[in-house]
Amino acid sequence: MSLRAKGMTVAFGKLTAVSTVDLEIADGEVVALLGPSGCGKSTLLRALAGLEPTAVGTVEWDEQDLAGVPVHRRGFGLVFQDGQLFPHRDVAGNVAFGLRMLRVPDGERQARVAELLSLVGLDGYQRRRVTELSGGEQQRVALARALAPRPRLLLLDEPLSALDRALREQLALDLARVLAEAGTTALVVTHDHDEAFTLADRVAVMRAGSIVQTGRPEQVWRCPADEQTAAFLGARTVLDATVADGRAATPLGVVGLPWAPAGRVRIALRPNALRADPDGSVDAEVLGRVHRRDHVRLVVRPSTVDIGEVDAVAPVGAAPQVGERVRLALDPDGVAVLPSA
Amino acid sequence: MIATALIPLGFLAVFFVWPVAAIVHRGLSAGGVAAVLGRADTWELVGFTLGQAAASTAVALLAGMPVAFVTARVRLPWIGLLRVLVLVPFVLPTIVVGLAFRTLIPDGGVVAIVLANAFFNVAVVARTVGGLWTHLDRRAEDAARSLGASRLTAFRTVTLPALAPAVGSAAAVVFLFSATSFGVVLVLGAAEYRTLETEIYLRTVELFDLPGAAALSLLQIVAVLAALVAGAVARRRRESALRLRAKEETARRPVGPEWTVVALALAIVGLLMTPIVAMVLRSLSTSDGWGLAGYRALAGTGDRGVLAVSGVDAALNSLRTATDATALALVLGLTASVVLVSLRRGRHRAALVEAVDTALMLPLGVSAVTVGFGYLITLDALPGDLRTSPLLVPLAQALVITPLIIRIMVPVLSSIDTRLRQAAATLGAGPVRVWREVDLPLAARSLLSAAAFGYVVALGEFGATSFLARPDAPTLPVAIGALISRPGELNNQMAYAACTLLMVVTVAVVLLVERLRAPAANLGEF
Amino acid sequence: MSTAACSLSGGDQPAAPGERVVTLVTHDSWAARPELLEEFRRESGIKVEVRKSGDAGALTNQLVLSKANPIGDLAYGVDSTFASRALAENVFAEYRSPEADKGPQRYAIDSSARLTAIDVGDVCVNTHPETLAQKGIPEPKSFEDLADPRYKDLLAVESPLTSSPGLAFLLGTIAHFGEPGWTDYWRRLKANGVKVVRGWEEAYGQEFSGSSGKGQRPIVVSYASSPAAEVAPDGKPRTKALLDTCFRQVEYAGVLAGAKHADDAKKVLDFLASQRFQAEVADTMYVYPARDGVPLPPSWQTAAPAPVTPLAMPSDRVQANRERWVEQWRALAQG
Repeated sequence: MSLRAKGMTVAFGKLTAVSTVDLEIADGEVVALLGPSGCGKSTLLRALAGLEPTAVGTVEWDEQDLAGVPVHRRGFGLVFQDGQLFPHRDVAGNVAFGLRMLRVPDGERQARVAELLSLVGLDGYQRRRVTELSGGEQQRVALARALAPRPRLLLLDEPLSALDRALREQLALDLARVLAEAGTTALVVTHDHDEAFTLADRVAVMRAGSIVQTGRPEQVWRCPADEQTAAFLGARTVLDATVADGRAATPLGVVGLPWAPAGRVRIALRPNALRADPDGSVDAEVLGRVHRRDHVRLVVRPSTVDIGEVDAVAPVGAAPQVGERVRLALDPDGVAVLPSA
Repeated sequence: MIATALIPLGFLAVFFVWPVAAIVHRGLSAGGVAAVLGRADTWELVGFTLGQAAASTAVALLAGMPVAFVTARVRLPWIGLLRVLVLVPFVLPTIVVGLAFRTLIPDGGVVAIVLANAFFNVAVVARTVGGLWTHLDRRAEDAARSLGASRLTAFRTVTLPALAPAVGSAAAVVFLFSATSFGVVLVLGAAEYRTLETEIYLRTVELFDLPGAAALSLLQIVAVLAALVAGAVARRRRESALRLRAKEETARRPVGPEWTVVALALAIVGLLMTPIVAMVLRSLSTSDGWGLAGYRALAGTGDRGVLAVSGVDAALNSLRTATDATALALVLGLTASVVLVSLRRGRHRAALVEAVDTALMLPLGVSAVTVGFGYLITLDALPGDLRTSPLLVPLAQALVITPLIIRIMVPVLSSIDTRLRQAAATLGAGPVRVWREVDLPLAARSLLSAAAFGYVVALGEFGATSFLARPDAPTLPVAIGALISRPGELNNQMAYAACTLLMVVTVAVVLLVERLRAPAANLGEF
Repeated sequence: MSTAACSLSGGDQPAAPGERVVTLVTHDSWAARPELLEEFRRESGIKVEVRKSGDAGALTNQLVLSKANPIGDLAYGVDSTFASRALAENVFAEYRSPEADKGPQRYAIDSSARLTAIDVGDVCVNTHPETLAQKGIPEPKSFEDLADPRYKDLLAVESPLTSSPGLAFLLGTIAHFGEPGWTDYWRRLKANGVKVVRGWEEAYGQEFSGSSGKGQRPIVVSYASSPAAEVAPDGKPRTKALLDTCFRQVEYAGVLAGAKHADDAKKVLDFLASQRFQAEVADTMYVYPARDGVPLPPSWQTAAPAPVTPLAMPSDRVQANRERWVEQWRALAQG
């Protein structure tokens, strides 16, 4: 019960959207395909579903080649970014669609619809018209619809990105729970690393048509494959460092990184790698500040070392004003380690 | 998909390409074509034919757009009737409409020809454009308005481009109808104005100059093809995925300046009704005041049995024939539309798709007499000798109705979001099931509208029917033609009474068809 | 599709299995009492299936085009202006009907006996005396009168390009004035305000003051029989035909060469030439019977007597010159 793609290439005329990609998804595993817009991740997902022809390479399910298997026989569910609910059917009609295709008897069908609506938190919505639902409700129905026929693989194409942020976070948690409860094997395409890390057992990072890194979320988070991947994950400031005994000596001071390999490395800093801390070793001038939900984001210029402007964070209650000086300390949670150049 | 394409293309090949090629070939093999092409008046003929068709198309578009807007976007109690009334001109025999226009514009001429052509074709614009407009999401327009666009600018920059495929479709059909308009040009142009169509008729039927007719037929085909290709180029890639909405969401009571458009549309429909009211009045007018003598006579077989059957039976014959033709055309037109839309969505060469599209439109642009005479020398090769069979009536009518259905359905089908179809496919629906579960229900309303339209065209069809219908089972238009070509007051009253009956039947049928809904549980309220 | 199936068989009495069927190809003006055909069917065992094929010209040309595999067994409606084309193309088979001895042979077109005359129609100038009297103008009598300035703007005619009576009227002027005199005559007609319209429906139904259309012009080209349809409630005709302006066309029937049911087709032809059918052609088709001694309906005796000395033209002369005359006329009318 596993998917294996080997050397997949998808081309539109002269444009190669996906280039010799290898990907495996194990039974019950949730994989996130993470990458910036236009990197080919949606095309890859559509090619797996059978919606785009594969130019080169193979897609196998349990070692069976899917080349000649049309979309509707693959048993892969698909959730679109904007739901794509059938406007001419009510909620129950949408959820029951795949069951009807499988000729599931009426009674069983209704029970399954009720079960799924309950799973996605829409009990009793059966007779509602889909055009009257909110965006979040529509996505929940889309998820229930895709899950109803028990697909062997669920493909989710940016399932949350059309929603507002609060809803997105809530739904990401719900989605993670639903996928876990249903025990579904799934591939989620997203450009949002929070979403990817919330949902996935494993993350595949894609850039310019190729998968550049795969691994468990904390692995990708801590050790991006290269500088560009680090930048995509929000770690834009790159410094040289030396690791010894689980501690890294950097121009901004020493930080404990027990998982980092010893020797000369490069580290990449996320904005939260530097925290305002009266005991910190770095002195800096505050150039700008933006209030965020639970912290204040600062732009600072350290005076102790010449690395230009960097990001830092401060607690809302104790944030310095622009022009003031602030002391900063390194936080290991914000530090990623890059392979040495 | 390619195999499915063979159904409409095969029909086209047997009942159009083969007969036309055969008759043109017979004419060409006799020689003398170069002489016809070398004559200056031949080219004047081409110029006048295309010029009057272009003018008629422009007038029909201008008059049809407000009507399309009102029938698609406005929620007022009497809109349903308006939708149906604009169809009435389509069923009226051209001879009767020609006579009515001669009364209104006694000296005839180009203006009368253009107006009469437009009169017939306002319905094409209202139906084709209205069909898409009904389902167009209002919010894009609202967004433009909120960005500071005036109503007119929002219409021009947002709505019109979205409607472009339907407008292009309608323009192509109106142009073809006007370019091959026959009765109108003869009656209103008298001896002075000629088009390719009237000249082909004269050469084929009266003078039996087949070489001359063949040369002109070739010119007509080339001219029509050129116009169609120009239209296709303009239309290319305009048919894009739109977010379709239910009519209930898009129609609303008019506000502010929209009332002006409503008034304009009403004025246009009022103008359309003028010749029609005149006909109804004539059916009631006798030498000594008003009377129902025409209607009473129509209940029987007419003055001294002119009709062979009663007016009521003729109406029933009309309904039967139109049912056959519409059923056949729906099968052919829907298949062709589905194939065209699929080809366009797939990665097939655009040129191939356009070629198929254009080929399917051609029957509207080629002279009926060329096709009819072509049948005589070809169809006896088929089993059952269709040349004199009543089966040929629905077949010939379907040839005309099918392109209309295609032109209405292709814009609507293309605007269905591909991802909706993909969603159905990932849920286990095969290609045919996807069409049945997604495309068909979403396009059902437009399909009904197209069916009603095709039905009306079949009801009003005169040319093929008068040649082929059994004299003992005439349709209403054939009966009207017989009555109006007889002297005597009663025959004349009966002719106009039969026109009124035809209009009443049309309105009733269309109202009935448009009331039809597939079971609500399945289709919801889209 | 079930509606389609039922609709194709509906509305018609189908031929019984094994019944003999003869297909009669004819023009749009064909009309016959259904009871009469049913009577013939009972007596002869032959069902006549009628197929209409446009006007006389369209009918003739269709017969010519389909002669290799004819579309019926016999044809009725090829008239004297088109007959020579049909004969030259060998569309018809030879058959001398026993009924033809009763009179119709006087219109025999050549010695081959391929066409049998069924009826004659005369295209004549019709007038509306009431309007003329109101204007204080005497009734015209001849072609020449129509070019007289007294009758300026009073005549409506059909175009010979698009109308059968229009062509007959043109042929009448040619027969009367000869060549090239007819062109002068038409120039004078044009100067005298003749109104040319496409067809009979406009000329008679709309322009003519004597019809129910109540038009402006009291003189029109129509048929000798037309006044029979415009009889006032007191029994007096409201319009009249000018019998010195009539051009006669004879309508023929013939068995088609290569007919599948030639023997039965001959019986149908006999029936068309019989006293019984001939007695009804005036009422149903507004034409005069070709057979001798067939009485006209009473109302026709006064309103629409048959012209005694109508103009006529041999079929082959029409055939040889039709296109040239029509083109000459077009140049005159448009020039």
